[in-house]
Amino acid sequence: MMSSDKARTRAHGTEILRAEGLRKGFPGVQALDGVDLTLRAGEVHVLLGENGAGKSTLIKILSGAYRPDAGRVLVDGQPVEIRGAGDAQRLGIATIYQEFNLVPQLTVAENLSLGRPPRRFGLVDRKRMIEQAEALLDRVGVDVDPRTPVGRLGIARMQMVEIAKALALDARVLIMDEPTAVLTTGEVEKLFAIVRQLRDDGVSIVFITHHLEEIAEIGDRVTVLRDGRSVAEVPAGTPQDELIGVMVGRPIDQQYPRQAAGRGEPLLKVSGLTRTGVFDDVSFEVRAGEVVGVAGLVGAGRTEVARAVFGADSYDAGEVVVRGRRLPKGDVHAAMEAGLGLVPEDRKGQGLVLGADIGENLGLVTMRAATRAGFVDRAGQRGAAAKVAEQLGIRMTGLDQEVRTLSGGNQQKVVIGKWLVADAHVLILDEPTRGIDVGAKVEIYQLVNELTAAGRAVLMISSDLPEILGMSDRILVMARGRLVGELPAAGTTQDDVMALAVTEVEGSRVQ
Amino acid sequence: MSSNVLARRSPAASWFAENGALVALVVLVVALSLLSADFLSVTNLLNVGVQAAVTAILAFGATFVIVTGGIDLSVGSVAALSAIVLAWTATSAGLPWPVATAVSLAVGVVCGLVNAALIAYGKLPPFIATLAMLGIARGLALVISQGSPIAMPDAVSTLGGTFGDYLPIPVVVMVIMGLIAAVVLNRTYPGRAMYAIGGNEEAARLSGIKVNRQKLITYALSGAFAAVAGIVLASRLASAQPQAAAGYELDAIAAVVIGGASLSGGKGRALGTFVGALILAVLRNGLNLLSVSAFWQQVVIGVVIALAVLVDTLRRRGTN
Ligand SMILES: Nc1ncnc2c1ncn2[C@@H]1O[C@H](COP(=O)(O)OP(=O)(O)OP(=O)(O)O)[C@@H](O)[C@H]1O
Ligand SMILES: [Mg+2]
Repeated sequence: MMSSDKARTRAHGTEILRAEGLRKGFPGVQALDGVDLTLRAGEVHVLLGENGAGKSTLIKILSGAYRPDAGRVLVDGQPVEIRGAGDAQRLGIATIYQEFNLVPQLTVAENLSLGRPPRRFGLVDRKRMIEQAEALLDRVGVDVDPRTPVGRLGIARMQMVEIAKALALDARVLIMDEPTAVLTTGEVEKLFAIVRQLRDDGVSIVFITHHLEEIAEIGDRVTVLRDGRSVAEVPAGTPQDELIGVMVGRPIDQQYPRQAAGRGEPLLKVSGLTRTGVFDDVSFEVRAGEVVGVAGLVGAGRTEVARAVFGADSYDAGEVVVRGRRLPKGDVHAAMEAGLGLVPEDRKGQGLVLGADIGENLGLVTMRAATRAGFVDRAGQRGAAAKVAEQLGIRMTGLDQEVRTLSGGNQQKVVIGKWLVADAHVLILDEPTRGIDVGAKVEIYQLVNELTAAGRAVLMISSDLPEILGMSDRILVMARGRLVGELPAAGTTQDDVMALAVTEVEGSRVQ
Repeated sequence: MSSNVLARRSPAASWFAENGALVALVVLVVALSLLSADFLSVTNLLNVGVQAAVTAILAFGATFVIVTGGIDLSVGSVAALSAIVLAWTATSAGLPWPVATAVSLAVGVVCGLVNAALIAYGKLPPFIATLAMLGIARGLALVISQGSPIAMPDAVSTLGGTFGDYLPIPVVVMVIMGLIAAVVLNRTYPGRAMYAIGGNEEAARLSGIKVNRQKLITYALSGAFAAVAGIVLASRLASAQPQAAAGYELDAIAAVVIGGASLSGGKGRALGTFVGALILAVLRNGLNLLSVSAFWQQVVIGVVIALAVLVDTLRRRGTN
């Protein structure tokens, strides 16, 4: 439908883009310290590296968002200067950023045609804009009304819109920074189908992911970054252990080190929770010492239920009881007093104060408890923050670094960290390891083990099925706003979960 | 390829960038002392302090609001209303001056609470809610005073005088209010909550901060600071005037912004605001000493505000 003639005619395998000796420093860190990358026509080139290794910085240089301090970029063998999005577009480079570049107040259609809306007699041609948007959304296979404001979409749908937006540019080089971090299996499949199609058309794709199993499936070659240097270029078929070895510098024996704790009292009881049109009659309980996983497709209502339980949104019927106390609707503060915590899925919009520093963000939840006679014990808070930052291995110049300037994975560690210091009885994690590298994931799972061993409980929503299967004791599956089943983690396969997740729900009032 | 100068600046350079307002103030003072022989005299400098006091006190209050990402346009009117209420309760109603003062402060707080209620519960944009209060408070001041000045009680009017022979009390009050603002912003729960709310209201709410309640506190503080400013101003004039402090809200906001706060919230410091207020006062004083016409003064001050914010924006772009 929308293929580029330029790309078509280019022989597969010829070198399209090359980066040599790229260096880029920020105050206090050398983000890139000598990076080389070669990109051939019609290949999917995976960039692999720990959180903060410099992957996003590298692609921001290729897309013109940053200028390198040293090194050069060649396109078709010619040295080029990429000064901004305009230059990148002229060179045929399109980018899907890790932190989305969408305007939340504008509709999906407006976002898709941002900067170059179809015009008629000099005025924006709304009808055509909607039609074009529909075609693009159709292509990525996501079911949203182009007239919806982007701010109302969940994080996964935003990601699909972001992908559609990049496709509209019809580029020769498509850079994707962790596109699968927030997607469920079904959407990942759709995305991979698109990527394969583009690759066959001769488009070169730079693909960043922390999901190692995706590498062999979609990739051709892998460039590994470590501490701002490109340390290896290997075929995508390289075994995972080896990839981890090059990337982290040490082996990881167990990716999902769940240690089940004894089951105790029910800490959280949800019954008949309903919000008309969103979720319907959801009942479950979570006991002390348990990790309960929640699986389901995007749009199944998992996040919505979690937010309602935590008091972030209201609901129409049902009740939430935490440690024997019935919670008032829509009251976050009461939920926290009762011992609930929520790590939200949207770190930028709901989890972080981007302009504040790391210490400040890590202390946000415990600030009330650290207040005596109106005064906040900031030294104590700093101390606690330093400890968590150390535990999670947050890569930073110091606690006073602005969170905005952290790498995506390190930002995610801050969101989780602020709840770890809070010591909640029931911690709800919504896509907790989104964008976190394999090594750090294991650290987080260990902390989950520690929590449950101490008699706390965790309710974990995740679109990462291996994670759900590997870390939960029990799995709840949601589809179309209903709880459609419960599976024990032992002996359950990804297919079992998916079969339930796509259930057509009889009589569900949720579309 | 070109190297990015901003990304590699030295600690000294980044100190200058962080404290741009302070640097500007020093430059301004040096320049004026070279241009005018009278500028650097003790009397004149104290005079500048007195000139700055009312704006600075209003601006400290406005800092709270601006840090939360809001705006308070009503502070000038609330200052006038509070002073009128003080003078009226002390003279016409015959209450003792300490009671009258307490009532006057309470009026400031109530105005702030009404602002906050409209914003937090009525979901009005702060601009609109406080614009309404700007009219209401000014109108009430005119109604109560029937449009004419009311004499301040003598005990309160001493606030307009000096300690000993030199030290003007308004300057002392300004410094005290500045210290209070700094402590509130840096050390207290409401202060820290203001930064969180201004930085990301949803994240603050999901972290358990009662956003609406904190907004009540924020605007109440702004109202209280406005009342203090109104009392200081009336004391200097020895009478409360219903038209006093008209337009001062804009100076207050300008002082906060020159001091490095961001109108989109989450950033701002009491010290910065103090420097911002001093810059405005020094500039006015200097332009007077240099006999620049009042008309041109407005132009110059407008340019300074634009420059201050421009420099700040460029600095931010440089670090991102
Ligand atoms: N604008 C900035 N200012 C200061 N430091 C920055 C800035 N942008 C990135 N950094 C730092 O540069 C380093 C590399 O960041 P980058 O975002 O490239 O990592 P990444 O490999 O994409 O990590 P992740 O897997 O977590 O997304 C990090 O230490 C980060 O904190
Ligand atoms: Mg990244």
